[in-house]
Amino acid sequence: MSAAIMEVNAEARRILAVSISKLYASRTQRGGLRLHRSLLLSLVMKSARDIYHSSRESEGPPVGGEQPSTEEAMDACSGCPGEANPGHREPQPEPESVEPAPEDPEGCDGEITEDKENRSPARQSRKRRGKASAAPDFLPSKRARLEPGEERYAAAPLGSCCRAGAVDSLSALSLNRVIPAF
Amino acid sequence: MWSDWGAAGPGGDMQWCFSQVKGAIDDDVAEADIISTVEFNHTGELLATGDKGGRVVIFQQEIENKNPPQFRSEYNVYSTFQSHEPEFDYLKSLEIEEKINKIRWLPQKNAAQFLLSTNDKTIKLWKISERDKRPEGYNLKEEDGRYKDPNTITSLRVPVLIPMDLMVEASPRRVFANAHTYHINSISVNSDNETYLSADDLRINLWHLEITDRSFNIVDIKPANMEELTEVITAAEFHPHQCNTFVYSSSKGTIRLCDMRASALCDKHSKLFEEPEDPSNRSFFSEIISSISDVKFSHNGRYMMTRDYLSVKIWDLNMENRPVETYQVHEYLRSKLCSLYENDCIFDKFECCWNGNDSVVMTGSYNNFFRMFDRGHRRDVTLEASRENSKPMQVLKPRKVCAGGKRKKDEISVDSLDFNKKILHTAWHPQDNIIAVATTNNLYIFQDKVI
Repeated sequence: MSAAIMEVNAEARRILAVSISKLYASRTQRGGLRLHRSLLLSLVMKSARDIYHSSRESEGPPVGGEQPSTEEAMDACSGCPGEANPGHREPQPEPESVEPAPEDPEGCDGEITEDKENRSPARQSRKRRGKASAAPDFLPSKRARLEPGEERYAAAPLGSCCRAGAVDSLSALSLNRVIPAF
Repeated sequence: MWSDWGAAGPGGDMQWCFSQVKGAIDDDVAEADIISTVEFNHTGELLATGDKGGRVVIFQQEIENKNPPQFRSEYNVYSTFQSHEPEFDYLKSLEIEEKINKIRWLPQKNAAQFLLSTNDKTIKLWKISERDKRPEGYNLKEEDGRYKDPNTITSLRVPVLIPMDLMVEASPRRVFANAHTYHINSISVNSDNETYLSADDLRINLWHLEITDRSFNIVDIKPANMEELTEVITAAEFHPHQCNTFVYSSSKGTIRLCDMRASALCDKHSKLFEEPEDPSNRSFFSEIISSISDVKFSHNGRYMMTRDYLSVKIWDLNMENRPVETYQVHEYLRSKLCSLYENDCIFDKFECCWNGNDSVVMTGSYNNFFRMFDRGHRRDVTLEASRENSKPMQVLKPRKVCAGGKRKKDEISVDSLDFNKKILHTAWHPQDNIIAVATTNNLYIFQDKVI
């Protein structure tokens, strides 16, 4: 890799790490998540992701060791499902913006009111296994679990981008999902 | 090119002098004391501040010497009250901050003064009235309030009003609640003096001042799928004279002018003001710095001013494709955007204001600097609000930031700027050259040497 490209990569990764930590920190902010701020953070993350990806593409096949943790970072960004819930009720700001919320079943099931307290364990499934469940090196060590319900979104048009594995998936990754379901 | 506006000269050059400073002196700032909004009323006689603790403090101008050039006035505390308290939204498990986001005065109609103050969710109409007389000579009560024994009352008299020490009372007259899902960023009183708007991240509501249980939604930019959200509303204001016209700015750097006569829901703008982005300035942070933090109409209603992170732009309402004037507030920060992102300063929302005759605009910066741009004379100046320059009537010396290269004497280098000392809120007296500048927890009042 050329030095300039490596520098851009490092910068993009650093900005991504800073952005993710800001998103985590905003969960504990007084007054709740700020939509404007979250939007701006997601735009920066998108820029960083795009620049990182395009610089790696221009360099050809990626170096093996670097890939997994970056993908995990990207996957962490993609974790939030966003909620399509027109009209039924005003969606609440999610405390966990970088991971799927427990409330998302409502958006998917439409009219069915989800009983969050007594969800059937059979519906819970872990979407990603293996390397993706290991915490990326720059995230807080106590990483929250992927919440059940993430699997549901696999069927949605945007869901296909959430599969871990191929580098190509990064390009389809929608960072829109960072925006909490307000 | 623009010249520095430092030297005094004959014929109307402004020379700013320190007048007063309000607030605690010590460096340890209590979070509740952080000033979050500053606003003069329509005559400039009253100056209101709101803080993070939900309090409103109103200062009243007392003129000591009316005659120019010795014009002297002082702003003294007139009324202090707790406008908003912290609340808890049980449904969403969220705390609602009591911080006062905006204060807007209503034009005065009678002896009392009225203002609107808002936090993230609730707008309140406050009545501030003076009481300088009290009744005396009740028939059934003693002077201390105890009730008399009715058997002792043998005659009847009419109570009289006798003078007393001035008491200023603030009472909440209306509470406009439960109309905003997102955080309120603006309120603006209409020129019809009957309605006002409130704007949050995605919606703008129109209220009648007398009606609290409902409002009209006039702008709604919430997408059906929140994942498709690309921009939010950052500020909104009614036109100063046309009661059907308002503007709202967005996080994408656009301003939309809407006409309420066109339709009930003003999702379709009448005009869209947008300047194409300069591709050479593209960076990770281009979107953040193009987000507009404040929009203000000029007093004459012909122009509007927008503030984004690095600049102030003046727009002619008749020209949508670019601003007529652009002023760089602190261009030297462009190369520091990454650090400013890390320390969160890039999210700071600076406000801007016009002077009374729309010839000068002002906005804040870091290191307790604030900037003024004289549109007519094409000059700009950087001044500082600090305790060191706070001797009575001390003339403020223009400041200069050294962007690079050799630092001259009296210049301050970019790396020495204190980014914790920021001036986000400034206000200009509607008629005179008196300005109020809020640092973190202090309010500075400066006036022109010659008024």
